Amino acid sequence: MEDEEKILLKGNIAIAKAAINAGCECYFGYPITPQSEIGEYLSKAMIEEGRIFIPCESELAAINMVIGAGSTGTKAMTSSSSCGIALMQEAISAMYCQQVPGVIVSVMRGGPGLGNIAPSQGDYNQACYGGGNGDYKVIVLSPSTIQESIDLTYLSFHLAFKYRCPVILLADGILGQMMEPCSINKNPYNDYDYNIEKWALNGAKNREPRNLVSLHMDLGELEKLNYDLNKKFLEIEKNEIRYEIFLTDDANIIITAFGTVARVAKTAVKQAREMGIKVGLFRPITLSPFPSNKLGNLICSNVKIVLDVEMNLGQMLKDVRSSVFGKCAVKFMGKPGGGIINSDEILEKIIDINNNIES
Amino acid sequence: MEKSIIIAGYGGQGVLFAGKLLSYAAIIENMNTTWIPSYGAEMRGGSANCSVKIANDEIGSPIINKPDILIALNIPSFNRFEKDVKKDGLIIVCASENEVTKSRDDINYFFITLKNLTKNIQLSFINIVALSAMVRKTKLLKIESLILALNKLIPKNKLHMLTSNIEAIKLSAKFVFDNKNSKVFV
Amino acid sequence: MEKLVYQESKCFIENFKYTFCPGCGHGYVLGIIAQLIDEFNIQGETIAVSSVGCSIFLEKFFKLDVVGASHGRSPCVATGVKRSKPNKFVFTYQGDGDALTIGFNETCHTALRGENITTICINNTNFGMTGGQASATSLPNQKTKTTPFGRDVSKYGYPIKAAEMVATCDGAAFVARCAVGSSKLYDDTKKILKKAFQNQINNVGYSFVEVLSSCPTNWGMSPVDANRHIVENVSKYYKLGVFKDITS
Repeated sequence: MEDEEKILLKGNIAIAKAAINAGCECYFGYPITPQSEIGEYLSKAMIEEGRIFIPCESELAAINMVIGAGSTGTKAMTSSSSCGIALMQEAISAMYCQQVPGVIVSVMRGGPGLGNIAPSQGDYNQACYGGGNGDYKVIVLSPSTIQESIDLTYLSFHLAFKYRCPVILLADGILGQMMEPCSINKNPYNDYDYNIEKWALNGAKNREPRNLVSLHMDLGELEKLNYDLNKKFLEIEKNEIRYEIFLTDDANIIITAFGTVARVAKTAVKQAREMGIKVGLFRPITLSPFPSNKLGNLICSNVKIVLDVEMNLGQMLKDVRSSVFGKCAVKFMGKPGGGIINSDEILEKIIDINNNIES
Repeated sequence: MEKSIIIAGYGGQGVLFAGKLLSYAAIIENMNTTWIPSYGAEMRGGSANCSVKIANDEIGSPIINKPDILIALNIPSFNRFEKDVKKDGLIIVCASENEVTKSRDDINYFFITLKNLTKNIQLSFINIVALSAMVRKTKLLKIESLILALNKLIPKNKLHMLTSNIEAIKLSAKFVFDNKNSKVFV
Repeated sequence: MEKLVYQESKCFIENFKYTFCPGCGHGYVLGIIAQLIDEFNIQGETIAVSSVGCSIFLEKFFKLDVVGASHGRSPCVATGVKRSKPNKFVFTYQGDGDALTIGFNETCHTALRGENITTICINNTNFGMTGGQASATSLPNQKTKTTPFGRDVSKYGYPIKAAEMVATCDGAAFVARCAVGSSKLYDDTKKILKKAFQNQINNVGYSFVEVLSSCPTNWGMSPVDANRHIVENVSKYYKLGVFKDITS
C-alpha cells in the first residue's frame, strides 16, 4: 500500500469511494440496511462526477440495469444485503451466461427471511453457490478490514472486466458500518486494457452484429457454452486465488475463517500463542474460487485439528472439509441469525481443543 | 495496549461524533482504531451509542461487549451499560454523583457536569466535555491530539463553533486536573 | 420498365427465417421495425433489448447488437444500456407476458423515469411461447390452456389495459395502442412506431407502443380468422389510439 494519508472511513463509504476511483460509471441500487450508505454516498458523488446514479424500483431492476450498462462495456455496480441479493440471483446466473461484467456488493445481515439487520455471514452459500439456475459460478471476494474493502473493490471491477463475469464483494454489517483508518490509494488497474471494443455492444456499425443473450436453443450450443464458461472459471481458479495465512507453519490447530470473523480469530490466535498454544489462521480472500489446494497443502502431520469459525451454521465448512480431505479432524463453531462471535469465545474453544490434543 | 470505549447517550447529543473524534485522535497518534455505531432500527429510537477501540496492534473485532471505559452522556445510558464495564474500568458520567445509584465497587466513577466548569458552556458541547474528561483522566491520548482531530473533523457549517469547542475541551481537562482526589485510572 | 415494388430491409440477416407460426403478428411488427431502422439509418447505432417469450430471438433476424434480458426486465436492461450509451438507439421488444404481466412494475417505473427509449409491446392476449396459457391481457371469457372454461373475471380478475395505465405516468412522452390485422391497421401501426422511433432520436423521452397482434395457433384460429378477431373483438376491448403525446 502506498503511503497516503490515513483517514477514518466507514466501510460502506470506503467501498463507494473506491468504486468511484475504480471508474464505476453507473450505480443502480435500492436501499436496505446495513448498506444504504453506499447508495446515499453515490447519489451525490456520482452526480458530481457526471456519472450515472439511479435509485431503482427494486433490486431486480438494479441488477438488470447493471447488465444493460455492463453489456456496453461500462463499469457498473449495485449493492444490497441478504434478501435484496436473493432477488438478484436470476440475473447473476444470466450475467455469467451472457458474459456481462458487473460488480455486486453484498453486505450481509441476519437471515433467513427478512431476518434482522445485525451483521452475519449467512450468505456465504448465496454468494458462492447462488440461487440462480444452471452450472454457473461467481467470483466472490471477502474483505476483513476497511482497507481491504477498498482494495477488493478495485479488484472486483478488475476481475469482472478481465473475465467478463459477475463479481460479488461479500462484506457484512460490521464491515459496512465500522470505521477504521485507511487510505484511498490509487486504483492499481487503471491502465489495464480490457479489450472491451472486442465484445461490447455499441451498435453493429461496419462490423458483424454482436449479441449477449442467455437463451441458446440450438442443439449442443448450450452444452458447448457451459464447457467454455467452465474453462474460463478454471482459468480464474488458476490465476486469481487469494488467501492469507497467519502463524500456520508449526501449528497444531488451524483456524479457518473469512471476513470479520477472521480478524476476530486473529486476536484469539495471538492470545493463544502467548499461552504457548500452536495455533494459526487460514483466511480465504477469494471465497469462490475457494483456495482448496492452498488450505489442503497446509494440512501436514503436525496439524491435528482444523477449527472452522463462521457467523452462520457452517456454510464454508463443506469447502473446508473438502480441502482438508480427511487429513485431520475438522471442528466447527459458529453463530447464526446475526449472533456475533468474540475473540474470548474463540480463545476458549482453542484452549479446549488444545487440552484435548494434549490429553 | 488495547482499550475499548463505549460512548452512549441520547440521539442528538453528538455520541457518534465524539466517537469519531476519539478515533481520529488515535490516528493522529499513529495508533490503530475502530469505530462502530449501533445502527438500523436502534438509531431511530431515542438512544445512541458507539463503540471505539484504540490499540497499538491490529484490532480484531470492533464490537465491544465489556468496555474498559464507558462515557455515559445521560443517566439512562449509565444505567444501561454500568454492569458491562470491565473490572477496574472507568465510567465518565455526565451527571452529579447524587443523581445516580452506583451499583459496583470494582470500577471507577468520574462525575462531570457543565456546572463543574469555570465558564458557561453550551449544553450541546456535553459530548466534547465528557470525551475530554475521559482522555485527560486516562491519559489514553494527548489532549492536543483531540484538538487536532476536532480541527480536522468539524463540519464546515459548524466552523464558527471551533474555538468554543476547543475551550470546552480545555476547561474539561482542567476540571479533571483540579480533581485529582478521585482515583486515577491507569 | 422495371419498378421496385419490394426490397428486403438491410437490417435483416440474409436468408433469415422467422421462427414464428404461420399468420403470427410478430413478423409484421418486426418487419416495420426493420424498415424504420433503414429509414432512420440507425442500424449501426442501435442496441436492441430482447425479452422472454416469442419476442426473444431478435439476434436471429436482425443485423443488430442485441442484449437479452430476464423475463420482464428488459426495460431495466435497456435503461442500463441507454444511460451508459445515451447516443445509441435503444428499444425493447416485449410481449404482454413480459412487459405487462411479470414486468409491469419495471415498465411503469421506466415510464416514470422518462427513459429515452422505445418499448414495443406485442399484446396477443396469451403466453404464446409456452403454448397459450392465460396472461394478464387475456380477454374476459377467453379460453386458454389455463382458463379452459374461459377467463372468469370474478376469479382471475380483469385484463390489464396497459397503454391507458402507462399514459398516467408523468414521465411517459408517447403512449399508443395500435394493431396488426388489416392493411389499414398495419399502416397506422407503422406511423405510430415511426413516431415512437422519432421521439427517441429527438430526445423526447419514453415511448410505449402496445401492438395488438394475432396468435392463430394458440387462439385455435386460421390466420384470417385471427386477424378478424383482432379487428372485431380484441381492438374493441383494447381501444386503439394515442393515449399520450407530449409532442402534439
